[in-house]
Amino acid sequence: MLAKRIIPCLDVREGRVVKGVQFENLVDAGDPVEVAKRYDLEGADELTFLDITASHENRDTILDVVRRTAEQVFIPLTVGGGIRVNQDIRRLLNAGADKIGINTAAVHRPEFVKEASAQFGSQCIVVAIDAKCVEKDGAGVPVRWEIYTHGGRNPTGLDAIDWARKMEEYGAGEILLTSMDRDGTKIGYDLVLTRAIAEATTIPVIASGGVGTKEHLLEGLRQGGADAVLAASIFHFQKYTIPEVKEYLTKEGIQMRV
Amino acid sequence: MSKITVIDYGSGNLRSVAKALESVGGDVTVSQQPEAILQADRVVLPGVGAFADCYRNLQESGLLTPTLTHINAGKPFLGICVGMQLLFTEGREFGIHKGLDVVKGHVGGFSTDMADPDQPGMNLKVPHMGWNRVVQQQSHPLWAGIPDSSHFYFVHSYYAQPRDGQLIAGSSNYGVEFTAAIAHKNIFATQFHPEKSQKYGLTLLKNFIAWSPEK
Repeated sequence: MLAKRIIPCLDVREGRVVKGVQFENLVDAGDPVEVAKRYDLEGADELTFLDITASHENRDTILDVVRRTAEQVFIPLTVGGGIRVNQDIRRLLNAGADKIGINTAAVHRPEFVKEASAQFGSQCIVVAIDAKCVEKDGAGVPVRWEIYTHGGRNPTGLDAIDWARKMEEYGAGEILLTSMDRDGTKIGYDLVLTRAIAEATTIPVIASGGVGTKEHLLEGLRQGGADAVLAASIFHFQKYTIPEVKEYLTKEGIQMRV
Repeated sequence: MSKITVIDYGSGNLRSVAKALESVGGDVTVSQQPEAILQADRVVLPGVGAFADCYRNLQESGLLTPTLTHINAGKPFLGICVGMQLLFTEGREFGIHKGLDVVKGHVGGFSTDMADPDQPGMNLKVPHMGWNRVVQQQSHPLWAGIPDSSHFYFVHSYYAQPRDGQLIAGSSNYGVEFTAAIAHKNIFATQFHPEKSQKYGLTLLKNFIAWSPEK
């Protein structure tokens, strides 16, 4: 059977890995290529680079990072952050990225996803969805989520489940789902949200936002029904190694690549 | 040293394939030129996207005939993903489309109605994306050094079904058992991506570089 995937996510700013808590107090954490190589050797199933370079002039630094990574790391690499136009996708794919994460640009113009998947193939188009709970039932269980942009600051009015279905219809090959309520909290994924999106779509869903322990990864895969789990801080701050996490999940009955 | 040409017909991430081959000692050229295919000792046909688009691009770029010439000359050939599917008689993706017909059989799709055994109430996702075990159905020089049932990286919604089951070199299971690799004379082809399959993927590519098919 298909193994569930463990995906470390690296925040890359101006060509360097940075780590911090909720984008604050960022510290330099090294050369992305070296960090990527380490995760690859440890047994990561894929890698994601999130480019958080602020200035437009320095945006090409990510291309160099991707090129150097593709020479040495032979697992799938997703790159997201600041993807606006077709040319951004083409350049990253040519540099060696396998999948491209599209977020804000899809919200601004959903047809971008349609065009990109038609041109480059659905398999390389990952739509990143940042969702925030806007309604809970009497028992406090979330029942409705909306899409937010700009790190959870800007509401769009779009219903998260409708949006996920629409993105699938427009050719997305995968959904990277981040709970903005949980991101950075370390209290676990929003499992209700993850399950709702996983059930509403037929494409793979990657759960993201809120992981603090290895048990959270298990919950995301089992209760959340996610196909893959993305995590940043638990790996970056060496709380766990990837083999430790895989051993734990295997013991719990989850299929892992070993 | 033998020269490897990776066919560039406008499909997908060729840099990964080239870099992976280089990392295991290959002398690699990525080319859109028919001559580069005709002069190569070994040829790799990658491919992502829709079957019909890939076939058309290969044909319109003038690379279809040189590819067949290489295959018919008995020289080592590796097809990857849609590069494997194109070898078949026809693809049944958005209609019925002609393939290279080097291998008899067709390419069909996964059903989106296959129940997920781990998630009651949910179906298996399509595309089949991620790492799955490949059971080796025959011994082959390209499997050398790769333990049976190792994981390889897949991303596809369609898979090939050869008419002759003897050609199946490896199989996987995703709701159904499907063909993950075929071997036919000087042809080896994989539905998975060896260039994205870490150490065992690199082992397979290394084996391809060293492979001398029996005449």
